[in-house]
Amino acid sequence: MDWDWNFVWEIMPTLIQGVKITILATVLGSILAAIVGLGIALARRSENRFVARGVGWFAEFIRGTPLLVQLYFIFYVLPDIGILLPPLVAGVIGLGLHYGTYTAEVYRAGIDNVPRGQWEAAKACNLNGRHTWTHIILPQAIPPMIPALANYFIAMFKETPLLSAITVLELMNQAKSVANTYYRYIEPMTLVGAFFLVISLCSVVLLRWLEHRYGRIER
Amino acid sequence: MTQWSGYLGLILQGAIVTIELTLMGSVLALIMAFLAGMGRVSRFVILRAIATVYIEFFRGTSIFVQLFWAYFVLPFAGLSLTPLQAGVLALGLNVGAYAAEVVRGAILSVGREQYEACTALNLGRWQGMRHVILPQALLVMLPTFGNNAIELLKATSVVSLISLADLTFQAQVVRSQTGSTLMPFVSVLVIYFALALIISWGVRTLERRMARGLDGVRV
Repeated sequence: MDWDWNFVWEIMPTLIQGVKITILATVLGSILAAIVGLGIALARRSENRFVARGVGWFAEFIRGTPLLVQLYFIFYVLPDIGILLPPLVAGVIGLGLHYGTYTAEVYRAGIDNVPRGQWEAAKACNLNGRHTWTHIILPQAIPPMIPALANYFIAMFKETPLLSAITVLELMNQAKSVANTYYRYIEPMTLVGAFFLVISLCSVVLLRWLEHRYGRIER
Repeated sequence: MTQWSGYLGLILQGAIVTIELTLMGSVLALIMAFLAGMGRVSRFVILRAIATVYIEFFRGTSIFVQLFWAYFVLPFAGLSLTPLQAGVLALGLNVGAYAAEVVRGAILSVGREQYEACTALNLGRWQGMRHVILPQALLVMLPTFGNNAIELLKATSVVSLISLADLTFQAQVVRSQTGSTLMPFVSVLVIYFALALIISWGVRTLERRMARGLDGVRV
């Protein structure tokens, strides 16, 4: 077991290429998860019981099955019915859908935390359904959720190496390919681990700050 | 369709490997969770430090990175692991780190008066922990342990990438042999979901059994 710094500098540009894709996938996946989660949370509160029940079961199913198999499903099954997706798009959809079912629970708790009086006041002011949501409920519900949402986005970031299984050239895949080319696993694999460790330790600080800034509910 | 039964056998073989991995990983995770969780509330600084480093390290990087590190880098350090050993090791240590925080939280959630009662009864630290604190804390931990076990089950799919023939791996085998994509992936997703349902049902039953006789004691 010997660590070669020259080799580290040699492979660094390739790894940085991978880091870019990793970050891109995380950002796009987070945006999608935020939207999908809100959609699921709203659908589960729907008046129509079939919609509410169906979406609830669907979310439960997604949450109970591995992200890796879902990625394979999107990547291999959808082309058979004519939907051909580039690997990165398939990966972002997989991440967004999987973590969307988790963020839906965060939205649900946040919406339930808005006091009843606010709903009644909106009704008293003669606001319709859409206006109640966009002007009264969501602006109060979303800020306290921000730390919990950020927590899931960080978890998603740590799961992005799974995208290498569907040939997305993100950090893990680049590391694997340089490792296989030079048959040196120590440096690339350790660098990937160190990269994720450093980012997640930094994100702990960010989370503390978010909790301090948004976590408290003023009543 | 007749061929399909043979392929279903292949997938069921994969299911057995997945169940084995989940069970062995859970046992290791449970041991690590109690060691690290109790370490976190220890009165010795050195034990607290070791436990904190372990938890932050394994929560900071994803299971995928840890698994690849265990499988590809450790052999260079003279420690060759079979895919099964690497899988159990990575799964157990990773999920154990998450569960350790559950153990810590549950121990701290037991009321102050219980600790004072231990002192009043002249119980030693270990005796108090063993006979008074842990039996109450265990009930608090159980639901979250159930979620952790489901996370572990989902994480086992990653071992297919180091060529261990689990459910996900067998789905890929069937896909490459038959060219059919929908059948293998849907059946595998359903099996994973069924296993997740069994775990959550088992944990609920266990919780009900353990809560027996504690009515009125719990808040």
